[in-house]
Amino acid sequence: MDRAATTSATSTSGIDPVTLTVIEKGLQQVCSEMDLVHEKTSFSPVISEGLDRSNGIYHREDGRMIAQGAMGLPIFLGVMQETTRAVIADRTDLKDGDVVLVNDPYMGGTHLMDVKMVRPFYYRGRLWCYLANTGHWPDTGGMVPGGFNSTATEIYQEGLRLPPVRLVREGAMDEDIIRIVLANVRVSSERIGDIKAQIAALATGVKRLTALLDRYGEATVEAAIAELERRGEALMRAHVAAIPDGTYSASAYMDSDGVVDAPLEIACTATVAGSDLTLDFARSSPPCRGPMNSVWASTLSAVYVAIKHIFPDLPMNAGCFAPLTVTGTEGTFLKAEEPRPVAGCASETSQRIVEAVCLTLAEAIPGKLFAAGAGSSGNLSLGGYDPATGQNYIMYTFSGGGYGGWWGGDGLTNGCSTIGISKNQPVEILEQRYPLLFERYNIREGSAGAGEHRGGYGLDYRFRMLRGEGKASFLMEHGRFGPPGILGGEAGLPNRIRIGQAGRVTTPEHLSKGEGYVLHEGDWIEVLTPGGGGYGDPSRRTPAARAADDAYRGD
Amino acid sequence: MTLSVGVDVGGTFTDFLLLDAAASTFRTAKVPTTTDDRARGFLDGIDRLAVAPGAIDWLVHGTTAGTNAVLERKNAPTGIITTAGFRDTLELGRRTRPKPYGLSGNFTPLIPRRLRREVAERIDATGAVVVPLDEAAVEREARALLAEGVESVVVHFMHSYVNDAHEARAAAIVRAIWPNEHVVAGHEIIREVREFERASTAAIHAGIGPIVSRYITSVASELAGRGFRNELLVMQANGGMLAASLVAEQAVQTVMSGPAAGVLAAAAIAGASGHANIITGDMGGTSFDVALVVGGEPVISAEKDLAYGVPIRIPMIDIHTVGAGGGSLATIDAAGMLRVGPESAGSTPGPIGYGRGGTVPTITDANFHLGRLNPGAVTGAGEAPLAAVESALDALGAPLGLDATGAADAIVKIAIAELAGAIRLVSIEKGHDPRDFAYMPFGGAGPLHAVEIARELGIPRIVVPRFPGLTSALGCILADVRHDFVQTVSTPVAALQPGAVDAILAAQAGAGRALLEREKVAVRRVEIIHEADLLYKGQTHVLRVPITGDRFDAAAVLAAFAEAYRTRFELEFPEMVPILANVRTTIVGLREKVDLAVFAPSGGSMEAAHQGTRRAFFAGEWHDAAIYLREHLPADAVIDGPAIVEQADSTLVLDPGSRATIDHVGNIIVELS
Repeated sequence: MDRAATTSATSTSGIDPVTLTVIEKGLQQVCSEMDLVHEKTSFSPVISEGLDRSNGIYHREDGRMIAQGAMGLPIFLGVMQETTRAVIADRTDLKDGDVVLVNDPYMGGTHLMDVKMVRPFYYRGRLWCYLANTGHWPDTGGMVPGGFNSTATEIYQEGLRLPPVRLVREGAMDEDIIRIVLANVRVSSERIGDIKAQIAALATGVKRLTALLDRYGEATVEAAIAELERRGEALMRAHVAAIPDGTYSASAYMDSDGVVDAPLEIACTATVAGSDLTLDFARSSPPCRGPMNSVWASTLSAVYVAIKHIFPDLPMNAGCFAPLTVTGTEGTFLKAEEPRPVAGCASETSQRIVEAVCLTLAEAIPGKLFAAGAGSSGNLSLGGYDPATGQNYIMYTFSGGGYGGWWGGDGLTNGCSTIGISKNQPVEILEQRYPLLFERYNIREGSAGAGEHRGGYGLDYRFRMLRGEGKASFLMEHGRFGPPGILGGEAGLPNRIRIGQAGRVTTPEHLSKGEGYVLHEGDWIEVLTPGGGGYGDPSRRTPAARAADDAYRGD
Repeated sequence: MTLSVGVDVGGTFTDFLLLDAAASTFRTAKVPTTTDDRARGFLDGIDRLAVAPGAIDWLVHGTTAGTNAVLERKNAPTGIITTAGFRDTLELGRRTRPKPYGLSGNFTPLIPRRLRREVAERIDATGAVVVPLDEAAVEREARALLAEGVESVVVHFMHSYVNDAHEARAAAIVRAIWPNEHVVAGHEIIREVREFERASTAAIHAGIGPIVSRYITSVASELAGRGFRNELLVMQANGGMLAASLVAEQAVQTVMSGPAAGVLAAAAIAGASGHANIITGDMGGTSFDVALVVGGEPVISAEKDLAYGVPIRIPMIDIHTVGAGGGSLATIDAAGMLRVGPESAGSTPGPIGYGRGGTVPTITDANFHLGRLNPGAVTGAGEAPLAAVESALDALGAPLGLDATGAADAIVKIAIAELAGAIRLVSIEKGHDPRDFAYMPFGGAGPLHAVEIARELGIPRIVVPRFPGLTSALGCILADVRHDFVQTVSTPVAALQPGAVDAILAAQAGAGRALLEREKVAVRRVEIIHEADLLYKGQTHVLRVPITGDRFDAAAVLAAFAEAYRTRFELEFPEMVPILANVRTTIVGLREKVDLAVFAPSGGSMEAAHQGTRRAFFAGEWHDAAIYLREHLPADAVIDGPAIVEQADSTLVLDPGSRATIDHVGNIIVELS
C-alpha cells in the first residue's frame, strides 16, 4: 500500500476488533501452512527433523515482515525481510510466477547453507506482497562437508554463493540453474527434493493468501496489516517503557574466530529512553580473519530473537521492532562485508549476540531474564567413506547444552540452540546411517553453574569409528569461558573436546573449533557441552533443591 | 439378546450408557467422578442403570486414570535399567525447549536420575552384540531399585528393536526376583527405532501400569462379587478394547482412551448415517479436540506427545487438542487486541453465568448474553446471573468501542476463527481439504458453535449425534477388540530379502492371535490388517500405505506410496530411493454390530418439542429463535433457523439459513445454505 493509505489506516483504522484479530490469525495460518508443506516434503533432515526452515509474508515496498510462521526457526525472524529487501532492490524485472533463489550472505543472508526463495505475489494482476522462505541445506559445497568450516578466510572457500537468480520463470523451472546448483553441492541427488519442497511451500502460500484476500477484501486486509503493525509497535513500546531509563552494558566473549587464536568481544550498550531502546555494538571486535564474522541480517535477526525471548508475547510483524535501533556495527565483525568468511554467523555468533543482549538487560529487568546458556549449536561434521556400504557419507550433527537459571527455576538440561528449535538426531539413527558407535550419551555431571536457581546440565558424549576413514570438523563455542551467571550466580562449565587418534589424545588448539581430524577404526571423539550459568546467589538455594542436585554431582 | 454398558470416567463426571439390543432401548446415567476411590463411582453408576450386573453381556470401560497420572507425575515409583552410557535418555530428550520463544521453563523426567541405573551391554545398529550382557549387574541393579522402593521397572537397551536378546534376558532376570508383574522391556511395547521415544513410551507404560491395573482389578472383582460373569473390557487409545486380564501388560494402551472412544463412536454414528468422511469437534469446558474420520475409520497416528518431552509412540486415534472451551477467558492484551483463551475459568470459578464467583467473561458467557444458552438450565445452580454477564461484557467491550452485545459477538467470532483454523491445519497436515468432510460436533459445547465453524470452513453439512455429551460412553459399546504391532525395517525396498517382510507380518499376526486367545472374548470374526510406512532416502516423515493380503508385494506398495505422495503433496520423486521404514499389523476381533436405530425418535411431535421462543443474536441483529426439546422431536421434524435445540447434555444452535432434519439413527442433520 502507499504511504497515504498507511497513515490513514493508522490514524482511524476503521477496522472492527474482530476482523483485526481474525485477519491476524489468518495471516499466521497462511505462514503455518507453508511451514507445514515445507517441513513434510523436505529431504534435508535439518529441515524435516530439525525444523530449520521458515516461511513468511513481506511488504511489497521494502520487504518488511507482515507475518511469519510461529514455528519457524527463530534466527530467521529478521532475516527474510532483509533478503526480500535485497531482492526488491536487485531485481526490478520480476514477474508473476517467478521464484528467486538466493543465499548471498551480504544480500540479506546468513551463512551459505540457508538457501532462500522469494516469490512476488500478485493479486488481481497487481504486485501485492512477497512470499519468502528459507531452508537449511545439508551442503552447499565448499571446503568441508556440511559447510560449517572453521578455518576459511574468504567466502569463496565456503561454498556456492547465489545472488538473486530466477529459478522459476513465470511458472517454468530454469533447468540451467538447477544444473549449476547440483554440480556444486555434495549429495546432490537429494537437493532437488529440497528445491521442490521449497517451491511447493510458496505455491501453498499463494493459494491461501489469495483465498484470504478474496474473503475479506484487499482494502480490509491492507488496513488490518497496517493496524497490526501499529499495535505491535505499541506493545513493544509498553515493554520498553517499563524498563528504567538509563544505560546498561555487558559483553559476550567468543573463543576465537577459528583462524587467529584470540577471543572476540561482542560489546553491547543498551540505552533506554522512554519507550525507545537503542543497542550499540560499537566497542565490539573488528572483522575477523576466520568465519565467525556476522552479516548485517544475521546480527539484526539475533537481536530480534533476544528481544522476543525476553518478551515472548510480541507478535510476528515488523511493527514490534520499530522502537528498537541497532547501531555501531559498522567496522565490527558483526557487519562483515565481502569477502569475509561467515560460516559461523547463523549458528554461533548469533547465539552469542543473543547472550550479550540478554546479559545487558539482565540488570535492568531482573525479574524477566535468564543467565547465559550453552550458547552453541555444537556443530560436528564428519565426512568419510564407509567400506561396508561402498559409499561416501556426510554426518552433520549438533548438540544441546544447559540453559541458564531463570527467575522461577533452574535452567533446562540439554536445551537446543537459542536461535533454533531443532531436535537432535537420535543416536540409533546416527548409528544406522554412519559407521559409528556411541560409547555414551549422557548428562555431563557437575556442569551446571551454581545459583539460587542453578543452570541446566550440559551433555557428555563419546563415539568411536567402526570402520573406514573419516574427517571431523568442529564449530562450537564457550570453550574458553563458561556461560556466565547473573545476579550472583556462577558460570557453567565450558565446552570441552577431546580426540583420540591411534591412542594419542588431543584437544583442538582453538578449544571449540578445528577441522581436518582424520579418524580410523577405533579412534574416538568426546564432547562435553557447556552447562548453563546460575541465577542468583548460590547460598540462597533451598536445601531440598540441593538434595536433588546430589544425583547429578558425579565424582 | 445383548446387553451392553459403556462407561467413560472423565475428570469431573463419569458417564454411563446402557444399550439393550433385544428390547431396542437404552438408558443413561451420570455420576461425579470419585477421584479418591474411582471404583466407588463406577459401581454407583452401574447401580443407577437399574440392571443386575449378572445380566450384562458387555461391559466396556474408558478411563483417564493413566493419562492424568503421567501428566501430573503421580505415576507409580518407577525405575529404569539402561545400556551403560545411556541412563539419561529420558531427561535429555531430543534437545528441545518448551516454547519457541522465552528461555525459561523446565522439565521433570518421568523417572528421576537416582532411579536410572546402567548395566554393561551393547548391541549395534545391525543387531550384532558389541558388549555382552552383564547378567549379574542386572540383578544387582534391580535389587538396588527394589531397595529404593521402586514398584515398576523398565529395561531399555540400545537397538533392541532389531535384536531383543539382551532386553529379553535382562527382563527375565528382573522378573525372577521382582515381587510383582510390573516389569517391562522396551521392545515389548514397540519395536521401533529412536531410543528416546521408545524409552518414553515404555516409561509411561511402567509408570501407569500399577495404577491402572490396581484400579481395574478392584472394579473387576467388585463386579464379579455382584454377579457379573463376563470379562470386563477396557478401552484403548487406538479405538479398540482389550480384556481387563491383559491390562497390566498393556497399560500404556489405555492412555487417552476416553477421547479415543468418542471419536470411534463418531465414526460409527456417521457411518450409520451414510457419512464416511467427517471431522469431529469435541468441545468441553477447557478444550477442543479435533479428529478426522476418513473412509469410515478414525485416522490413527503413532507420533503423539502426551506433554512436552513425553512422546508416546503407540498407535492412537489422532486427536489434536486446542486450548479453547466454554470456559476460555476473553481479555484485552497489552496491544489492545481482543483475545479469547488460552487461559480458562475452569470449573471453579467457571463462567460468570454459572454463578460460582467467576468475574471474567468467557465464551459460555457470550453465549448466555446472545441468547444461545438457556439461562434457566445451568448445571447445579439456579438462573444464570445475566445482568452480571452483561456488565462484564460491557466493561470488556468499552475500550474497543463495543457494547455488551458487540463484545459477546466478537468473543464468539474470534473463538470460531481459532477453532476453524485449528481444524484446517489438522486436515491439511493429514492431506485433506475440510470441505470434503461433514462436521460432527460433540461434547457439551460442540453443537453450540457447530454451524458457525462449518460455515467458516465451507463445510456444507453437520451431523449432530443423539447424545453429544455421551459419545465416549457410546464408543465403549461400539469398540472392537484390537491390538497393534510395529517393527522397524529401515531398508530400501529394492534391497529387501525375499520373504523377510512376510515373516515379520506372519509373526505379528501370530502374536495378535495369541493375545486374542488369552482374552477369551467372544468375537464374530478376526480381521488382520497390514500396513507399511515408507519414505524416500534422506527424508524423515513417513507415509503409511496398506499392504493388501498377507504377503508383501513390493511393486504394489511402491505404487501406493507414489500415489499417496502425489495426493498429499502434489509432488513426484521418481529419482529418489524409497525405503521401507516400518511394517505394522493390526489385529481386530470384530463384535456383533450394534444397531444404532435404537436412537431414532419414537413418537414425539413438533408441538410437544416446541418450548416457545428466546431472543437470540445472529448476523448483527436480534431474532426470535424457536426453542425445541430434542427428546420430543419426531422422526420427520424439520427445523429452520434461527432456532435452538436443547437437551440435557448439550445445546444445538441453528442460525438463519440453516435447516435441521433427523436421520434414521436419530442424528440431527444440519444443511447450510
